[in-house]
Amino acid sequence: MSSIMVSRVKQKQIAQLISSGKRLDGRGLTDYREVQLEDGVIERAEGSARVRLGKTEVMVGIKIEVGEPFPDVPNEGVLTVNAELVPLASPTFEPGPPDENSIELARVVDRGIRESKAVALEKLCVEPGKKVFIVFVDIYVLNHDGNLIDASAIASLAALLNTKMFKYEVKEGEVKIKPGYTSLPVRNYPMAVTFAKISDKLVVDPWLEEEQVMDARLTVTVEKDGKVCAVQKGGYGYFTMQQVLEAAKIAREKAEELRKLVVKG
Amino acid sequence: MLQETPRKLIDESGIRLDGRGLNELRPIKIEVGVLSNADGSAYIEQGKSKILAAVYGPKEVHPKHLALPDRALLRCRYHMAPFSVEERKSPAPSRREMELSKVIREALEPSVFVEYYPRTSIDLFMEVLQADGGTRCSGITVASLALADAGIPMRDLVAACAAGKVEGRLALDLTDLEDKGGEADVPLAWMPNLNAVTLLQMDGMLTMEEFEHVVNLALQGCKQIYQLQKETLKAKYVTVKEAVEE
Amino acid sequence: MPTFYERRQLVTPGDLLAEDDYVAGENTYKDDGKIYANRVGLVDYEDRKVHVVALKAFYIPYVGDMVIGKVVEVSLSGWMVNVKAPYPALLRASDVLDRPFRPQEDDLPSIFDVGDLIIAKIVAYDRTRDPLLTVREPGLGKITRGQLVEITPTKIPRVIGRKGSMINMLKQETGCHVTVGQNGLIFVSGKTPEDERLAVMAIRKIEQEAHTSGLTDRVTEMIRREKGGV
Repeated sequence: MSSIMVSRVKQKQIAQLISSGKRLDGRGLTDYREVQLEDGVIERAEGSARVRLGKTEVMVGIKIEVGEPFPDVPNEGVLTVNAELVPLASPTFEPGPPDENSIELARVVDRGIRESKAVALEKLCVEPGKKVFIVFVDIYVLNHDGNLIDASAIASLAALLNTKMFKYEVKEGEVKIKPGYTSLPVRNYPMAVTFAKISDKLVVDPWLEEEQVMDARLTVTVEKDGKVCAVQKGGYGYFTMQQVLEAAKIAREKAEELRKLVVKG
Repeated sequence: MLQETPRKLIDESGIRLDGRGLNELRPIKIEVGVLSNADGSAYIEQGKSKILAAVYGPKEVHPKHLALPDRALLRCRYHMAPFSVEERKSPAPSRREMELSKVIREALEPSVFVEYYPRTSIDLFMEVLQADGGTRCSGITVASLALADAGIPMRDLVAACAAGKVEGRLALDLTDLEDKGGEADVPLAWMPNLNAVTLLQMDGMLTMEEFEHVVNLALQGCKQIYQLQKETLKAKYVTVKEAVEE
Repeated sequence: MPTFYERRQLVTPGDLLAEDDYVAGENTYKDDGKIYANRVGLVDYEDRKVHVVALKAFYIPYVGDMVIGKVVEVSLSGWMVNVKAPYPALLRASDVLDRPFRPQEDDLPSIFDVGDLIIAKIVAYDRTRDPLLTVREPGLGKITRGQLVEITPTKIPRVIGRKGSMINMLKQETGCHVTVGQNGLIFVSGKTPEDERLAVMAIRKIEQEAHTSGLTDRVTEMIRREKGGV
């Protein structure tokens, strides 16, 4: 019988350790847990990846369909990100429509990909104004042990890099599939780095028990050239301005480290 | 790309389409205590954005099982009226409204003494009547006043403002056009006494240096808005006080 | 020892009122040695204590308070009463009957029904449970006729006055029974509706001008003027 509630004794322990610069699992304050990445795990999907960040496990599947573009950008493909906190991932996840947590998760990951223009949407136009490719990024959280945002962002990028699209030609207004595959055009590699504020210190990649003790969380997404492309503060507490700027600097470094794990060559 | 040629949003001398300088807030009008049924309420016009906020509570929680044993439950609903935007928006809550409801709640919660009222709920409603950019910030600004108007004990008021990058220049308080046509938007909410950033989001692309500048610019905006909030609250009660002074 | 406002100045939540040695009184809080207002109101300093008289605040139950409430629900063994607080108040049948409640015999709605107004006293209240009421003392029970006035609870002390000076004057001048609930509800019952109207008018004036001096005299004058003019 697992319960996610951390006892008060342990909460104090975690907070005290952190105020002296240590963490319960032995990590440094800015260390990530071990990242295990596997791509191409779902053959039916156009692209997929599974990430284990410590014990947090997230799977992302990419499906590509042909559909109508948005009227204000008729020559661009469409990117849409959705997240499911499936009930089997945690005793706290209930079945039902997406709640505010899964919506926030999807939108933060989406922001990183979209604002960094990671997917070249202008190359996904089939017939201007009429037909474009729609890239569905579906985030599936399989086990929640903290920091779903970073795990989901890593898995999403890995899945996009893994994505193969069918080749096609347009004949008489119909999209006809040709043999062969081409990679989804991905040209940027945004990485989300999430901090928890505990005992007035910034802690990178909080695991579940640290998340229960934290005052607030801050996610900074950095793209390949070191620019910030998304930021999201979450939780009921707050950060000082100095902490915000400190986090941004640390995020840049950590994003580069994570990127090396995902982007090969 | 857009069908029509995009107009320039900022001219060579740094003047924006609405005549403002880069570091200027839009004209702001705030009123407190505008609704008779709500326990507290406030209304803001910031440029063309118009937002109404109302508070009910602290009161019994419905449904009861949501009640927290040691504090009040703060619930927030950010919602846009169908006629608030250019193209009619369906009244059903969108994913964006759900995310904003969450981050706004998290921006205001640190300011309320929720621990004083266990097993109650404080319900906060923000209706965007007209949207022209910066609605989550104006929403927080006016929600904070509604909470104060309701007589709910608070650590401090929360002031919010956005800044961003438009056509290569860093600018304060973006309009909808500037947000859509610009390179970055950073909404920020701030609680002065604790030097606390309670809401911070960013979308777009900024170098680390630009990010630091924009965040500080937004903070300057918040400071000005905080003064306006205080003045508005005091002005409402000063007239009452003056009327009763002999 | 620094204070930052003058007495009776208007302050808003988050305003820094005092530092160091001061004690945080009503509607203020202390953080890191500094005392701030937590509500909109008039600040006042008394010896080493600073407090704020809130201009708007809702009622929080206090054991021993007399309150006026409206029955909103007849439950299995008593009644739920709205006392204009964030919590519903409970009145047990056993309190009214002065013996254990017998469901077969006792018909609760015939004692108090939904919509009835009652004067009661708070006998129990803490953070873990809703306030509990009693009507067993003299003067408590159902209100049968009269008028109800609702004012903001923070002005109730003014309606009572120092050592009851204001409320005694009201009773004398209008000839009415005036029962003041700490929760902001005031019940007025007089020989004629005209007397009651005078009392209500006087209470409204007190609410409007609560923060001024010489109020008792002015209210007395107003009542006499009105009576004279009738």
